[in-house]
Parts: sequence; C-alpha cells; structure tokens
Amino acid sequence: MQISSRQFADVVVATPVGRIDHAAAGLLEKALMPMLEQAASGHGPAVLDFAGVEYISSVGLRVLMIAAKAMRARNRPIAIAALQPVVAEIFAISRFDKVLSVFPSVRGAIETMSAPALAAFDAAAAAGLG
Amino acid sequence: MRRVRFWGTRGSLPVALTAAGLRRKMTRLLRNAEGRRFASDREIESYLESQDFAVAGTYGGHSSCVEIETGSPEYVLCDLGSGARAFAQAALARHGPASPQTYHIVVSHVHWDHIMGLPFFIPAYIPGNRIRIYGGHPELETALRRQQDRPSFPVDFRAFKADIEFVRLEQAQDCEIAGMRVTTKLQHHAGDSYGYRFEDGRRTVVYSTDSEHKLADPAETDGFVSFFRKADVVIFDAMYSLADAVSIRADWGHSSNIVGVELCQLAEAKHLCLFHHEPAVDDEAISGLLADTRRLEEITRTGAPLRVSAAYDGMEIEL
Repeated sequence: MQISSRQFADVVVATPVGRIDHAAAGLLEKALMPMLEQAASGHGPAVLDFAGVEYISSVGLRVLMIAAKAMRARNRPIAIAALQPVVAEIFAISRFDKVLSVFPSVRGAIETMSAPALAAFDAAAAAGLG
Repeated sequence: MRRVRFWGTRGSLPVALTAAGLRRKMTRLLRNAEGRRFASDREIESYLESQDFAVAGTYGGHSSCVEIETGSPEYVLCDLGSGARAFAQAALARHGPASPQTYHIVVSHVHWDHIMGLPFFIPAYIPGNRIRIYGGHPELETALRRQQDRPSFPVDFRAFKADIEFVRLEQAQDCEIAGMRVTTKLQHHAGDSYGYRFEDGRRTVVYSTDSEHKLADPAETDGFVSFFRKADVVIFDAMYSLADAVSIRADWGHSSNIVGVELCQLAEAKHLCLFHHEPAVDDEAISGLLADTRRLEEITRTGAPLRVSAAYDGMEIEL
C-alpha cells in the first residue's frame, strides 16, 4: 500500500493505492494522520481518493473511523471518494457508508466542500494533472 | 463430536416474536402462495421450505445456550442463558426425572443473559444428577448463587439437590471435559469473558461470544487466529455492524460479522456461525446480515470457501 497527497486550494486529497489489509492498515494510519493534521491545521477539508484501493480490511476501516473522528473534532469535513466496486460492497456491509461521507468521484466530493478547490481541481484536470 | 445444537442464540436479553410480527409473516406466506392449494402436510412443508427463513421461520429469542453433542451419554452445554430451560425440558423428556445424568456446563461469563437459565434448569433440582459448571471467572459460583438470593428469585440455590461442582478454568491451560480437550481464552468484554475451544481429535468447535476485537493490536489478532485455527465451527459474536462496533458501541464488548469473516479466513476455519444476535433487530435484518456476510466471504475469499450461517434457536450443525 502506498499513499500520496495533493493540495487543491484548501482541500487535501490523500490517495492510498493497493490493498489495505491488516498489515497495511498501520502504514495507512501513520501516513494519513499527518496529512489530515496538515489539512485540519490549515482549516481545510480532506478527501480520500480510493480509486486505487482494491481491498480494505476491518483494521483499515477502523483507521478511517479514527481519521474521521479526528477531523470532526476540529470541525473539518472529510470524505471518501471513488470506491472500487468490491470496496464499495465492504463499505455497505460494514455500514461504513452510513457513518462516513462517500462520493462517487473526487470531483463530486470537492464540489460539496470548496469552490476554490473545485476550480483548482478542474484546472489541474484540464492540464492533465488531476 | 457429532453436532452442535442451539437452544438460545439472542444477545443481551431474550425476545419473542410478537403477534404483529407473526401476522406479517403469515400475510407474506399467503401472498407468496398466490392462491395455491395444498393436498398434504408434506406439500405445505415443502412450500415453507422454499420460503425465506425470515418469512417462514424465526431466529428466535432465547439467550445464549449451545449444546455440543459428543456422542457420549454426558451432556455438554455452553452458557446458561434462557435457552438452558428449553434444553433441560428436552433432556427430561428424553430420560425422565428418575434417570440420573451428567451435565457439563461451560460458562463464558456471568452477565445475566448467560446465567439466567439456571434457576429454571430442572435437572439441578433432581437428586442423582451430576452437574459440573466450568468457567474462567473467579466469581462464577458467587454470581450463580447470588442470582437466586431473595428478593431476586424465590428459590434459593440451596434448593438444588443435584451434585453440583464448580471448576475454575485457567487461560491457556487445557482441561478435559467429556472426552474433549478444552482450551480457555480470555476475551475483551466488560468484566471479562472467556472463549472455549473444544477438540476431540477429530473435530473442533470454538465458542467465542461476548468478545470485542479491538483490531489495533496484531498480537491480539494472532492470538484469536490461533484460537480459531482450522476449526470446524466457530460460534462468533456478531452482534453489531463494524461501523457501530468501532464508533458508538466501541467498548461495549461485542463484535461484527466483518471481523468474524476475517478471523475465520485468517484461521482457515471451515464454518462461521453468527451468534448473539442484537435483540433490537428482527428476522429480516438477521437474514440480511447473513446474506451480507456470505457476500463478504465471497468477495474477500483467498483460500477455501468459508461456510457462513446465522444461528437460530433449534438449529443443528452436523460435524
């Protein structure tokens, strides 16, 4: 599992890639929390781009819950976007789709959060960087 | 071991199907029959078999009590929830009160839903019966005696005339019960609970209820994977959704279907049996949980298929 992040105006988009199984969940937590800390301290929302996530275990879902609680404690929105079909099913079966904000696309998530971030995201997409 | 028989499968407290709930089931069954006529009881049975269990049956409402049929004349029970009364009635109907029997009862913990059946456990009142009550809890005997003290119950524990002994089980120290090796494991639950692994050299059954899996500690996960290793049946507390278990119901001491599938897959267990159903949910919700869990097992499978079932009062699993 690898994770990177991009900044679109005030929104941080974190992008994990691979399988978030029991072994990788710790790596996700270690990598994700500083990114979210950065987003929250900059008073910005965060989006987790899950397009590259093939599988997530219960331990990985727990990390998402910890991340969501940390962001909510600072009154900052957080969303998960672009779930692959299998991961979307795991979200539904675990009922995480009921307790986290889930969007079909990263753009759709950003659209609900920040107009400047949406403009930056669209500009990056137009330049082939999105 | 021959089979596992469920006498009580509900968590926290017993529940009963209501008249309104029964009426809804009958309405659906009649609607689904579409005016069909049945020539015999066998045709009716066949029709009912074809219907969803949530419509033609009910998961039931007794609190935890599971029988492990060993093939020996001695009975083995896990927990003394309200289902123990139904078990006792069946045992008495089989033998009559004048035929002394031996009952081995392994108790997960002393919360009320797991011990409330003892005051109604008729074999305990009959001289000549031999009852051995096992558990990891140091307060097991105290708790069982206390629940029959006045004013909680009108019949004192001393009214029991069977030969009753308490046996303390130690974590990671195997003991022998009715020809089975029994391993005890401490579980995360308010006031502690204990899981039990039963092995007879041919089959393995794990009874692991009222156990929260915090997921954060790999060593803890590995411990449960070893405990479930290659079990024929794992009876598993799947009371909450994972989302609830890690948020609003964190530290309530219960687990989820998702964690059950993961641990059983890691352990290469053969059969996951969802158990200790949330009392607030109806039969359709439990059937939905079962369908979801089977689907999860399918989409996350990396090895041999894991059979998944949802326990109901009266269900039997052949071993």
